[in-house]
Amino acid sequence: MKVTGKVWKFGDDVDTDQILPARYLNTSDPEELAQHCMEDADPGFAGKVAESDIIVAGKYFGCGSSREHAPIAIKAAKVSCVIAKNFARIFYRNSFNTGLPILECDSTDRFNTGDTLTVDFQTGEITHHETGNTYSTRPIPPFMQELLDSGGLMKHIAKKIR
Amino acid sequence: MGMTLTEKILAAHCGLDRVRPGDLVNAKIDIALGNDITAPIAIDEFKKSGAKEVFDLERVVLVLDHFVPNKDIKSATQCKVVRDFAREQGIVHFFDSGEMGIEHALLPEKGLVLPGDLIIGADSHTCTYGALGAFSSGVGSTDLAAAMITGELWFKVPETIKFIYNGKLNPWVGGKDLILYTIGDIGVDGALYKAMEFSGPVITALDMAGRLTMTNMAAEAGAKNGIIEPDAVTEDYVKTRAKRKYNLLKADPDAQYAEVREYDVSGIEPQVAFPHLPENTRGISRVGDISIDQVIIGSCTNGRIEDLTLAAKVIKGKKVHKKVRLIVIPATTAIYRAALDQGLFEIFLDAGAFISPPTCGPCLGGYMGILAKGERAVSTTNRNFVGRMGHTESEVYLANPAVAAASAVAGKISGPEAVI
Repeated sequence: MKVTGKVWKFGDDVDTDQILPARYLNTSDPEELAQHCMEDADPGFAGKVAESDIIVAGKYFGCGSSREHAPIAIKAAKVSCVIAKNFARIFYRNSFNTGLPILECDSTDRFNTGDTLTVDFQTGEITHHETGNTYSTRPIPPFMQELLDSGGLMKHIAKKIR
Repeated sequence: MGMTLTEKILAAHCGLDRVRPGDLVNAKIDIALGNDITAPIAIDEFKKSGAKEVFDLERVVLVLDHFVPNKDIKSATQCKVVRDFAREQGIVHFFDSGEMGIEHALLPEKGLVLPGDLIIGADSHTCTYGALGAFSSGVGSTDLAAAMITGELWFKVPETIKFIYNGKLNPWVGGKDLILYTIGDIGVDGALYKAMEFSGPVITALDMAGRLTMTNMAAEAGAKNGIIEPDAVTEDYVKTRAKRKYNLLKADPDAQYAEVREYDVSGIEPQVAFPHLPENTRGISRVGDISIDQVIIGSCTNGRIEDLTLAAKVIKGKKVHKKVRLIVIPATTAIYRAALDQGLFEIFLDAGAFISPPTCGPCLGGYMGILAKGERAVSTTNRNFVGRMGHTESEVYLANPAVAAASAVAGKISGPEAVI
């Protein structure tokens, strides 16, 4: 599967308090959370972001709290994927568990807000439309791919449910 | 080649003789924890999956602590989801109002988490319980749902970084300063995906409260878990609290570490982490003149009786600065009662403090002490991210309880020696 979208660029160490501030943790409704997506990093983000757009960040995206509300908000805002140099560990787990595609790429400094990227989830290749350059992402570990192929953690464990 | 303590606990929970860093294992869970923010999503996933009952009524722990007492209708609704689920299922360890507390202070206090355990919690500070010699790690709500149903969860065995603390602690320096100093040294992602093992003569001499503060903030260095080898202090803490068997595991002498870092603590003074990352640490002598509006003494990091006692020692007989709001939050009901019985409340009230029931409230900008635009707080909590305690243009400075109390009196960030 391929997606093409506009880049929204963020810096290093974007924490989950910026992705989804705790003042909105009194709900877990995805549509409501989407309205506050990235609010404390870019207050107007929810009003500007369009379907298939891509969040691009530096290192350690999603650090801090374990709140699954963060990837839920990004997914519900119809962002197609998040590309960062690396991710905080709980955010990484939560993204796979909730079905938000995330990719690790060392070259995110090359992409700027407003650029267009095409991401091939099969090959992990990113095409930067402005330059025509392509970039590779770190392969998804086999177990994580298995989780994705099963449709998330809950489907993966379905046979154990009694 | 031997195993680290973290590797040993993981191996013991997946029926293997040995595991190696990088191995993917499916491990049995001793305790699975959720709170009023994270459990509602887990409960929703649990119900959608068709599951009927949790894997063990005594091993799923639910604590209402973040927005409790309910701060608004939506919070009340979320709490009701957890309350109803706990009652329907018959969850044994469900903690609400009269017996609640901040989860990471409450579970060790109640003897629910023990040495050798494998614990997961849908809260990033679940790493706290490593102070007891357990493997304990924060996860998200869907992971919690899977653990509540199956009693198992997948883990990648982490590499371990060993931190050794030598030398003599300076006055007013404790677990909070050691962990802030360490995060300042390695950075907020310095232990990403790894285990942090704290050791050395300084840790051996540290009380359980100080140890819990250190492992609590392993999350702030990106770690999967923080851990301390169990010893006499551990055994002394758990022996009267435990209601089931526990396992005092030790690392093998030939265990392999990704890295070993040694510190001489005699050079470490009380630490302050400047906005907006816990790694922005400075010694108190290098802070400069920073006026403040609010002080929070509490949280899963520093809301234990030892922390309140230390703060009371600094503030006794003094007044909180007239421009400062001091909010003291005992972390559990038992700590609240102890502070009352030991006369600490009188000291805080005489000084002009506000005393809150146990809650996570202000630490994450939920309620009970939100900052306006331009306001600054000194806080004994664990995070000082942008907007963490309120407006995105407010600031949080992290410190130990003695520095927090001294700052409340001085009206600016100050070490205890400046006010005593």
